[in-house]
Amino acid sequence: MVDHKPDKAERPARGLSVDEGSGGSAMMKLISEVILSNVTRYGCGGVTLRELDDSGSIVVGDLEIVLTTDAHTIKPIFFPGGDIGSLAASGTLNDVSVMGVKPRAISFSMVVEEGFSKDDLSRIVRSFNGVLEEVGVDLITGDTKVLEKGDIDGVVVTTSAIGVTQKGRIVRDSGIRPGDIIIISGSVGDHGISILSVREGFDFQLETKSDVGPIWEVVEAALEAAGTEGVRAMKDPTRGGLSNALNELAEKSGVGMEVREEEIPIRQDIASAAEMLGVDPLSVTNEGKAIIAVDPELSDDVLAALRRTRRGRDAAIIGRAVADHVGEVVMETKVGGKRLLERPIGDPAPRIC
Amino acid sequence: MCLAIPGRVEELQGRFGVVNFGGVRRKVDFSLLQRCKVGDYVIVHAGFAIEIMDEADAEETLSLIRQIEAALE
Amino acid sequence: MDLSRFQDRSLVQRAAQVLRKLAPDEELRFMHVCGTHENTITRYGIRSMIPDSIRVIPGPGCPVCVTSTSEIDQAIEIASRGTTVYTYGDMFGVPGTRSSLKQARAQGARVRVVYSLSDAIKISRESEEPGVFFAIGFETTAPTTASAVLSGVPEGFSFLVAHRLIPPALTSLLDMGRIELDGLICPGHVSTIIGANAYRVFAEKYGIPVAISGFEPLDVILSLVDLVRQHKDGAPRVFNEYSRCVRPEGNRRALEMMSEVFEVRDAEWRGIGTLPMSGLGLRDGYADLDAARIYRVKTNSRQSMPPGCRCSEVLLGTCSPTECPLFGSACTPARPVGPCMVSGEGTCRIWFQYGGYQKW
Repeated sequence: MVDHKPDKAERPARGLSVDEGSGGSAMMKLISEVILSNVTRYGCGGVTLRELDDSGSIVVGDLEIVLTTDAHTIKPIFFPGGDIGSLAASGTLNDVSVMGVKPRAISFSMVVEEGFSKDDLSRIVRSFNGVLEEVGVDLITGDTKVLEKGDIDGVVVTTSAIGVTQKGRIVRDSGIRPGDIIIISGSVGDHGISILSVREGFDFQLETKSDVGPIWEVVEAALEAAGTEGVRAMKDPTRGGLSNALNELAEKSGVGMEVREEEIPIRQDIASAAEMLGVDPLSVTNEGKAIIAVDPELSDDVLAALRRTRRGRDAAIIGRAVADHVGEVVMETKVGGKRLLERPIGDPAPRIC
Repeated sequence: MCLAIPGRVEELQGRFGVVNFGGVRRKVDFSLLQRCKVGDYVIVHAGFAIEIMDEADAEETLSLIRQIEAALE
Repeated sequence: MDLSRFQDRSLVQRAAQVLRKLAPDEELRFMHVCGTHENTITRYGIRSMIPDSIRVIPGPGCPVCVTSTSEIDQAIEIASRGTTVYTYGDMFGVPGTRSSLKQARAQGARVRVVYSLSDAIKISRESEEPGVFFAIGFETTAPTTASAVLSGVPEGFSFLVAHRLIPPALTSLLDMGRIELDGLICPGHVSTIIGANAYRVFAEKYGIPVAISGFEPLDVILSLVDLVRQHKDGAPRVFNEYSRCVRPEGNRRALEMMSEVFEVRDAEWRGIGTLPMSGLGLRDGYADLDAARIYRVKTNSRQSMPPGCRCSEVLLGTCSPTECPLFGSACTPARPVGPCMVSGEGTCRIWFQYGGYQKW
């Protein structure tokens, strides 16, 4: 667990807590209270703010333009498998991709602490560019601010990305119907667990690195196999992990879900490290994966198509949507028992015992 | 208070050693064990190895269900 | 050694099948005293696989939950006065009388969360400043504290010892009639230290079937099978299901170290009361490492759970988390009222996390 410096006091009760930014139910509540209730212009015609989808969109004539934004604050800045640059690019491009739209352009804004190394900054930008090259996306605008030492911790990167498609050809996160098959594009827990393991105090030596990377290729394969009709919904399981994302999909679509624990791909070393950390790999961030809900008639084709891609080779069918227990995700455990897969509340912290 | 994980002893140098937990390698304190050797499976709690796991006993436990089923017939 | 077989679906299903065959119609109450057992049971959905007549009751197996408020208050006071207190992550958010270590840190107290005692010693040595390790835990953890005491610690490092002992606590609770059970599922890792023989008193004197259980799903169900058989045979004994790790005499070296460093004393189990000879304290010979004696802090402690909290009943197995009106509404992991919702070993937190309240 990262140890904060003593002068980074937690805010008293009425102020924000760290939990409210970590992607779980506390954050959803915050968004509802502070943002949705205060915004009167939230879009119309496309995917509006109120839908809280991975991206929003506006309709312009026959076209629909998808827009998304993200801030990236990861610590450590450089981690096994990537850095804040590749994370910033992938995270944002993936939010466009899971709408079923190819990302076209991106912006890059950074707020940097005085004294930050220029070499490190160059490295971050090169890493960012590497992701752009992989997907074929252009960086067309940006912003830079430098704050005095101590006024910000290292660097915060904010990115926005757009994609363009035919009007209506968007995959939302609310289109799942009972019977639809739920697919995950690869192993879960890689990013969250490998990050936790390098933080101060834990010297686990893991083979698996963060999965940070763009998933457009995976999404494209699914769309080619099933079209925007056959792909009913998609989401990238970032903060809050697979658990949070599945719950959100279930709630928004008004379905229940049944998943099978033994079908969920988790790499052995990630599972072991998670066990030692006392953290559930299903609740931690993934940065290079997609959940894809598919028409059952087409699920085998989609699965085969995903497995032919580099980032989707470990794709697996993990469950299906059902009409019962709407909004709840029931998991059949490895040994055949049953329990609920709940949304995580906040950031995981190591167990003592 | 029981969170302890089994792992395989890979290195042992006096009081400390390295245990491999399904791919994760970690430094462990062996001061609570009298005899332990590389290749043993140990249970590790809060950074200390607390006991060696006996393979024969593990097999015996795994075979229990078969024995009970047979007894019930 | 392929330990994954203890999670093997078909073996577990067969064991559950045997249990269903053997289970009597009358309700049987089996209690366990280990948060990690509750974790396994809930996480794998074991209650959904066993007959309704077999009730597996979570008991006071959460070391963080039973640590007394005065010990927590002492830790907070020491940290507030400027000495770094090292604590396990689980204890960090537990409320004492007025505050928690987490809240205290937000006010400037010096608190550091660590994964292990070795980490605390390392950090303290590097900082060259005094430090206090908040040594909580049952018999699995006490030897690690003893070992560190005997190996030597950096100048200025001391221990706030709050270890608790399981068998004496259980005998007290049985004597007081505070708990009633048809069988006892004993904690596998505590047992590696104290040995299988430590539980003979429960079978021999109290006539209660005992099974020392490992932590995999197969272990738990095998233990339940044996407890049912013992009950049917009317011949209580100690069944060592976790024989691969538990020896009859336990870990002698660990026990010797504990005996060298600690003495047994009466101890307060939060929300339950003082249980005789159920805790450990540093012997006089180690007074120079005893934070309680070095810092001598006075705390005006309320020896109970926070108002409205039913953790004490949850700990004794007389109230399930869902029977507590605060569960899931006023008391959640994000805004916990009592320790059972804070600790990863706490029944309430485990049920909240894994939907343990579902009836299948």
